Amino acid sequence: MPDPIRIRVDGAVIETAPGTTVSAALLASGRLATRRSVTGMPRGPLCGMGICYECRVKVDGVEHVKGCQTLCRDGMEVQLD
Amino acid sequence: MSSGGEFGVLVVGAGPAGIAAACAAAGCGARVGVVDENLAPGGQVWRGEAHPEIDRLRQANAKVLSGAAVFDAPEPGLLLAVADGRTIALRYQRLILATGARELWIPFPGWDLPGVFGAGGLQALVKGGWDIRGRRVVVAGTGPLLLAAADYFRKCGAFVALIAEQAAKPALARFAAGLLSHPGKAGEAAALRWRLRNVEYAASCWPAQARGDGALRSVVLREAGREREIECDLLACGFGLVPNAELGMLIGCRTSRGAIEVNEQQQCSVDAIYAAGEVTGIGGAELAQVEGAIAGFCAAGEPGRARELFAARARARRFAESMARAFALRPELRALPAGDTIVCRCEDVVWGRLRTCEGWRHAKLQTRCGMGPCQGRVCGSSLEYLLGWRRDGARPPLVPVAVQRMLDAGGRD
Repeated sequence: MPDPIRIRVDGAVIETAPGTTVSAALLASGRLATRRSVTGMPRGPLCGMGICYECRVKVDGVEHVKGCQTLCRDGMEVQLD
Repeated sequence: MSSGGEFGVLVVGAGPAGIAAACAAAGCGARVGVVDENLAPGGQVWRGEAHPEIDRLRQANAKVLSGAAVFDAPEPGLLLAVADGRTIALRYQRLILATGARELWIPFPGWDLPGVFGAGGLQALVKGGWDIRGRRVVVAGTGPLLLAAADYFRKCGAFVALIAEQAAKPALARFAAGLLSHPGKAGEAAALRWRLRNVEYAASCWPAQARGDGALRSVVLREAGREREIECDLLACGFGLVPNAELGMLIGCRTSRGAIEVNEQQQCSVDAIYAAGEVTGIGGAELAQVEGAIAGFCAAGEPGRARELFAARARARRFAESMARAFALRPELRALPAGDTIVCRCEDVVWGRLRTCEGWRHAKLQTRCGMGPCQGRVCGSSLEYLLGWRRDGARPPLVPVAVQRMLDAGGRD
């Protein structure tokens, strides 16, 4: 079993296996909603394949990163809406 | 801007069609490149799998660029892609579009709640490393994808409470009878049916409402005029597939009913451009592979080797056509969205505002529908089903990119 990697989500540490996408790690941590829509409604990933952009989160200071197409990296900082 | 290479044959998409095309062309000695926006080859259907075709691609003499999304085709022979925040120029003599398909959603009340996913969408997210053991899942919508997804969730240890298929029993029975002329498929279907023997499968059944406060708690389904409510953690729903034809449209390829038109050699209406797989019409992975190989051989200048595959393509196409007939969307589904149901998720535009618009362009200008990051891929496809609206072509950038990526391209040689 490979060593788990650690990412931080709004400051909280989450452990996950290498090769996990950011969206999968967030969902596994119980965060089904990861952003707010333009009118403030809670939203989470829909398409899982990079089309809908509902999975977008801030990663290492960069906005609008698609969680479903980004692998977790040890030390990564994720910020949700 | 950096150069991603110059290719005799450049393939866009590394799913079943793109892989088959690249391997065929490389086998003919062409200088082959594959550009794919996913983390690894496999497309949707082979996502995260150690499929032999993926090995074949790795061993083939082809340069594979993963994590690269094509955003412009500014002139013949040139594609621009963004990868790792950088603009990459890809030059080609022949181009093969194998950009696949995406799911179609028909908006219904609550479909935008966290906990509601695409059918393929939930499968993709789980494959990305989400353990859903013990979760209660309802699968709804239409098509063989529902069965494949339910089978996968079951294998992952989730409990599938129901598969709700909108098609009616007679349509499904006709399809099952048609399987008899495709023995391989019939065997697969029987095995799948056996694995799902303990999962309730309801025909003429569709979701009327997803309920929950901030996240999904239950789904209300309509079946034969009655409603039933099922508590669940996750709803995996999809109403069929739609070709990702945007790059083809940007290049000027002719399309028919949303799919890129091709001839016998898988050539498009624009010179030097080929297309294969779901983007030319929804037909499944096997058809995609055959079409991909035909496109690869033809693009590499060996149409004789392509001709050997015409019979296999015809057989696979007949199967695809029978599936399309069986799983056609019934007209009742046009009544699914309520006036306050979100249709455009990017801009929070509800059905009540859209159904009175004159068309796609009018709706865009009046409501901002289609002007968000998905660029109308989600809402536009829904509205085409609901109101018959055709979207008007494609313009660059094909995906949202930082302005700098487009400026970088301006400095090309």
